[in-house]
Amino acid sequence: MAATEQDILEGLGKIINEITGIPAGEVTPDKSFVDDLDIDSLSMVEIAVAAQDEFGVEIPDDQLKNLKTVKDVLNFIQN
Amino acid sequence: MRIPDVAPGARVLAFGHYQPATIVTNDDLAKTIDTNDEWIQSRVGIKERRIAPDGESLEDMSVQAGGKALAASGLSAGDIDLVIVATCTLETQIPNAAAIVAHRLGIRAPGAFDVNAACAGFCYALATASAAVRSGDARHVLVIGAEKLSQWIDWTDRSTAVIFADGAGAAVVGASDTPGIGPVVWGSAGDRSDAIIIDDRDSFLRQEGQTVFRWATTALHPVAKEACDRAGVDPSELAAFVPHQANLRIIEAIARKLGADNAVIARDIVTAGNTSAASIPLALSRMLERGEVRSGDLALALGFGAGLTYAGQVIEIP
Repeated sequence: MAATEQDILEGLGKIINEITGIPAGEVTPDKSFVDDLDIDSLSMVEIAVAAQDEFGVEIPDDQLKNLKTVKDVLNFIQN
Repeated sequence: MRIPDVAPGARVLAFGHYQPATIVTNDDLAKTIDTNDEWIQSRVGIKERRIAPDGESLEDMSVQAGGKALAASGLSAGDIDLVIVATCTLETQIPNAAAIVAHRLGIRAPGAFDVNAACAGFCYALATASAAVRSGDARHVLVIGAEKLSQWIDWTDRSTAVIFADGAGAAVVGASDTPGIGPVVWGSAGDRSDAIIIDDRDSFLRQEGQTVFRWATTALHPVAKEACDRAGVDPSELAAFVPHQANLRIIEAIARKLGADNAVIARDIVTAGNTSAASIPLALSRMLERGEVRSGDLALALGFGAGLTYAGQVIEIP
């Protein structure tokens, strides 16, 4: 069974918490990584690598810069 | 034909290091480029670095570090048969640095060559030195990692100017009844040769930070583990992990994945910056000086950088 959006959101929240210390509950779809969560480009790379391990979806660096919000990442992983 | 009796092992007999006197703080850099102390510390982990003045050459720094290692080893210049300088920032194409440095240290007519494996260079040179000692081709080898990166940096480019620095570290390698330098695990990824590059003598160093960061935080901990495996050392037995001082976040990410739970993690970058091939011997020598590692401790060295190249081995602290 494919992971639901809620599953992916929870998994992403856990990853972001481990890498940045931001509480997983703050990772909601409408949040911007840079403006709301204060996550920098190197942390984004770490998150992308961890997300690949967790969800089996590779997020290359040239795609990563287009993923501005949590929702963008959810969509990328689901598609 | 015959070959000499081989030595059972090689070990590091002593370390030495040298840093230029001039300290450049993050606030100093922020006076001329659009950056700040908080940004630099959070992205790369550096508080200050040392920069050599115009009159101080890579060879000068090598002589200082090499001379200290030689003195600490208790050997005399005549005991050294081979000098290897690991560097990627020499100003001249020829001559190499090693012959000049050897001459200035009073080492008469040793084998002398430079190694360019960028930030992995010291580990490559140390492996070569270990092999030369074990094969009987050299009684003792002086291995130096030295860089004057400042002369290849665009001081208006904040993506590189905040990272790189100058310095030198050295080790004297000799024969030993028990192995003190483990087998090297080395390799390269030439498909990403453009990730860190100095195009020509009129160009400055450029790097694709995210590409390098992703590679370093995903591809290297298996190399570190393999270097431990090949030496028969469990990561939990390491007293120190000394990766190339590239970026504090890379260092911490590799350390976390390696699981060297009892090891001191080298964080020399905080006050030394990224000194490429010099960073590992510089860090080891300074850690020894500060008492963070002791004689007999096992340390894992892991170099990685432009090429892309990488190499690692377990080293017993002299």
